[in-house]
Amino acid sequence: MSAHAGTAPRTSISLETRLRATARSEWIKFRSVRSGPAVLLATAVILPVTAWLLCAYYRNGWATMSPASQASFDPVFISLRGIEGAQLLVGAFGVITATGEYTSGLIRGTFIATPQRAQVIAMKAAIFAVVVWAWCTLLSFAAFFIGQALLSNPAKHVAIGDPGALTAVFGGGLYLTLIGLLGLFIGVLLRRTPGALAALFGILLVLPVAIGLLGGKNSAQLAEFLPDSGGEEIFKLLHGGAYTLGPWQGFAVLAAYVAAAAAPAFLLVRRRDA
Amino acid sequence: MIEARELRKVYGHTVAVDGIDFQVKPGHVTGFLGPNGAGKSTAMRMILGLDLPTSGTVTVDGRRYQGTVWPLHEVGALLDARAVHPGRSAYNHLHALAAANGIARKRVDEVLDQVGLTSVARKRVGGFSLGMSQRLGIAGALLGDPGTLLFDEPVNGLDPDGILWIRTLMRSLADEGRTVLVSSHLMSEMALTADHLLVIGKGRLLADTPLSELIAQNSDERVEVRAADPQQLAADLRVVGAQVTMEPDGTLGVLGFESKQIGELAAERGHVLHQLRDVTVSLEEAYFRLTGESVEYRAPNPAPVAA
Repeated sequence: MSAHAGTAPRTSISLETRLRATARSEWIKFRSVRSGPAVLLATAVILPVTAWLLCAYYRNGWATMSPASQASFDPVFISLRGIEGAQLLVGAFGVITATGEYTSGLIRGTFIATPQRAQVIAMKAAIFAVVVWAWCTLLSFAAFFIGQALLSNPAKHVAIGDPGALTAVFGGGLYLTLIGLLGLFIGVLLRRTPGALAALFGILLVLPVAIGLLGGKNSAQLAEFLPDSGGEEIFKLLHGGAYTLGPWQGFAVLAAYVAAAAAPAFLLVRRRDA
Repeated sequence: MIEARELRKVYGHTVAVDGIDFQVKPGHVTGFLGPNGAGKSTAMRMILGLDLPTSGTVTVDGRRYQGTVWPLHEVGALLDARAVHPGRSAYNHLHALAAANGIARKRVDEVLDQVGLTSVARKRVGGFSLGMSQRLGIAGALLGDPGTLLFDEPVNGLDPDGILWIRTLMRSLADEGRTVLVSSHLMSEMALTADHLLVIGKGRLLADTPLSELIAQNSDERVEVRAADPQQLAADLRVVGAQVTMEPDGTLGVLGFESKQIGELAAERGHVLHQLRDVTVSLEEAYFRLTGESVEYRAPNPAPVAA
């Protein structure tokens, strides 16, 4: 009976090597299931088609709009409004990126291979963020150019070089990335798909309605600090509301919600039994 | 070597593992035996750092699993064979695990070949039979060529060929000097694969014994005798040194003599015999006796037949 000797160097692995291995593993997992490409393809339909439909509609009705409506018309926001639909898909994609691993039980295999659990979640989130950001930024540009081309004179339109336009278009990709990350961290927290989807859609769809039902000035003020209406400021050219949050201020509101979901997710993933 | 000290796990009000101590030594197949819900899987999850012990410690080669940087090179495990993403191919499933521990791609092909899944490597694992999933799980355990292997109920759902394959594999892994811990709720399976047994029931360790000793202790042949006058026959047998017990219906259980000797003695003393029968205690019975007691009496002293 020969004594089996472990083949692995035990102490010579640097943190960088370990992180790179975790990232590679998460990347292989990310690209080897079909749900990802399916969701991303669906967003590729939603954004350009919404831009095309809405901008054609406003171009045709421009003459009948009141001067006040024309003044408050935000051509950038209108061309990017498909984001409001796409965010549900991207958010759900974030949720299942996390919960898919928990519900299948694969998370145990993952943590057996990488007991550094926070690293797993961090790399999973990073890879998700990079892919979603690159893709959604591309779509955001596409929607912008389609929309502005359709909003021909006399309708108000802007060029990409006009003040604020580039921020807004990049903002569309950033916004969707953060919504996806919000879904991902909620998924890590709740570990089950139905609960996590309910929580995410509750925040994105039900909360704005519930606050709207309150009515009055308080309601409008509160609404500016919701993740979606706050975050939306980044892909708007014109900013209204009681506090008139600017693009990056609004974006910071959304980022704060993501951080608020991420912090307990990182804390709990290390403490909970897998 | 796996070493548990005072290992305890409580979920809410349920004590899953109740302060157990054990060692799993290299070069042997150690069977982790107990009824469903006895705490085997919980103990295995604690070994692998998935569940944190409520108290006590468990180490592999002297170290806590959580602190291991490249764990697949040291420990391989098959827990739940179905714990894979159904949409991923067998190859990609293993490739992701390998990448997480800096294991070369080439090794993925090797283990797929070793478990006989090469031809379905690119198929989605959602379509795999339980037997194929078990093989995939075992491939994952072998990826890092680890010195310690844990298998949780590996023969579940396998056909006879697959069962034989696993037994042979575990044997050869142990013969190579590796530490092999395999759980099962079937004594019959353990009798064929393990050479050392850890019997667990209700979270407590009931026996920690070589299989050969368990067999020796339970293979005493008992002879059951029914006679016209059981009282007198019992007395006559005791005089010559037999251990005799009497059931309420008068059936005698005799230890220390073969049926031939008992028959001859009965004839000499003029006893009328109604029945003379050899009874062998099977390992299965020995196991039920062990685990049954853990349920019935919650024995504070574990291991009534332990070495």
